[in-house]
Amino acid sequence: MKNGVIRELFKNRTLLLMFLPVAVLLFLFNYLPLAGLVIAFKDFDFTKGIFGSNWMNPLLDNFDYLFSSDTAFRAVRNTILLNVLFITVGLIFEVGFALLLNEVRNKYFKRVSQSLTFLPFFISWIVVGVFAYNLLDFESGAINHFLASIGLQPIDFYSEAGLWPIILTIAVRWKATGYGTIIYLAALTSIDNSYYEAASIDGATRWQQIRYISLPMLRPTIIILTLLAVGRIMNADFGMFYAMVGDASLLFPTTDVIDTFVYRSLRKSGDIGMASAAGFLQSMIAFVLVIASNYAARKIDKDSAIF
Amino acid sequence: MLAKKISISQSLIIIIISLFSLSCLFPFIMVISGSLSTEKDIINYGYSLWPHHVTFDSYRILFLGSNRIIDAYGISILVTVAGTIMSVFVTSMGAYVMARRSFKYRNILSVYVIITMLFNGGLVPWYIICVHYLDLKDSLWALILPMLANAFNMFLIRNFMHSIPEEINESAKMDGAGEFKIFYKLIMPLSLPVLATVGLFVALSYWNDWFLGLMFIDKQELQPLQLLLRTLVSNVEFLKSSSNASAMQRISAQIPSESIKMALTVVTIGPIVFLYPFVQRYFVKGLMVGAVKG
Repeated sequence: MKNGVIRELFKNRTLLLMFLPVAVLLFLFNYLPLAGLVIAFKDFDFTKGIFGSNWMNPLLDNFDYLFSSDTAFRAVRNTILLNVLFITVGLIFEVGFALLLNEVRNKYFKRVSQSLTFLPFFISWIVVGVFAYNLLDFESGAINHFLASIGLQPIDFYSEAGLWPIILTIAVRWKATGYGTIIYLAALTSIDNSYYEAASIDGATRWQQIRYISLPMLRPTIIILTLLAVGRIMNADFGMFYAMVGDASLLFPTTDVIDTFVYRSLRKSGDIGMASAAGFLQSMIAFVLVIASNYAARKIDKDSAIF
Repeated sequence: MLAKKISISQSLIIIIISLFSLSCLFPFIMVISGSLSTEKDIINYGYSLWPHHVTFDSYRILFLGSNRIIDAYGISILVTVAGTIMSVFVTSMGAYVMARRSFKYRNILSVYVIITMLFNGGLVPWYIICVHYLDLKDSLWALILPMLANAFNMFLIRNFMHSIPEEINESAKMDGAGEFKIFYKLIMPLSLPVLATVGLFVALSYWNDWFLGLMFIDKQELQPLQLLLRTLVSNVEFLKSSSNASAMQRISAQIPSESIKMALTVVTIGPIVFLYPFVQRYFVKGLMVGAVKG
């Protein structure tokens, strides 16, 4: 039996060798960090490395420290609330925009508008941050110049934390709506035309056709994409927050998320114990959520689950 | 009556879509306009869709004033080209092994890859391993290696390769070709559509990446373009310390900091916007494949 395994492997040695580069890369950049999660229980000493450092005494000291921090709690709350906001608004926009585009009869117009709305997907959040600055800056931002021209008070966006959940939602929608629409539009165009023909013979209005044919047909896609997004609810898009908000600490009450909190603890304040404890909890909750949402997606549609 | 009703809702739909489409385009026009504006106009009128007085000073200062922009451009191009070629080669080679039906243990390899999509060690251990164990700090490899192997792309390629009939492998084997030769000479050319799509996605993420630079690159001369843009946005003063400061002074007594930021933004997104019309459909195709089979 054991001989058989070795013979099989030896027979396929070229194949194994061909897989080796990816295997090594994934090991270094994915598996080692997984093992490195133990750092949350260690008193990290840079000269000894992750695995050589002493265990924390008491073992959960990093977590005690984390749980007593208001900033950490705020980051968790912001991550979940903002993600719920992004997922909900995103769903409405993407499905809505796909339905609208699907109604357009003019092929040329459809293609041009799809190209334009897909364009923001191709630029980095850094560039989006510059765009936002053009609009929102207190002195030269276009919005404040507009407000001034109609005689209103300018708004100092970069110190108004309360406005940023809205601003960030708009930014995400601006960047990702065209991209997200593609999948829904693909699902819509794959609906058999005879459904609509039969409905219109029965006198259904266009609106009724959307309500009773298009939307039910989109349901599996909607559910699965939403489930997968919920699986990532503990993970914020670091790039967006760092590029849009950056070091504007006045905005942190509504925009500081787990990922930016961990980054700051790691790179700025050098508080590796707290950063690793927060990261450990984030990873653990993410494990559970990913598995649960995948399980649910699999129940609904076998092909669309990741595993 | 009915025809009129339809045309009203049709035009309403067209208006909504047009407004949103234009709002996607406006910021691009605004940076281009800002980069061509004089500093005075930006201060007086704010950012607008059309420059009041057209000037190319900011571009002249940008390229004259700092070798760093040329350097950063070079680094971004190098990282994008090298990273894309290596990534496509390594991931497609791995995907080929996972797709090889005659290989008994291919599913174990697939599980090995899937696990990386599900479980994530997070930033802290990842960072420490890259810096402490792999010594990637201030190295160009830091901008390439961490993104090289991508599980999602591997499955995209593997699924495509599944559609290539296994008989091709068998007959090539009869002719005495080894596995690597079969992959390189037969399977790779046959997989060109999916490799092109994956390659474009990879190239885009390398070009747009600044996170790896932020984490690992402290040396200024190794900064990629996107990171330089961020540095410039938060601090335009560094241009003054460059060796060509006096030449810049001749163009403009005061550095037009706002329009320079805009010029660098235009330069950063230039290649993407330029290539966009040609490559867009491959991305759409890739997304569809990912949506159906991901």
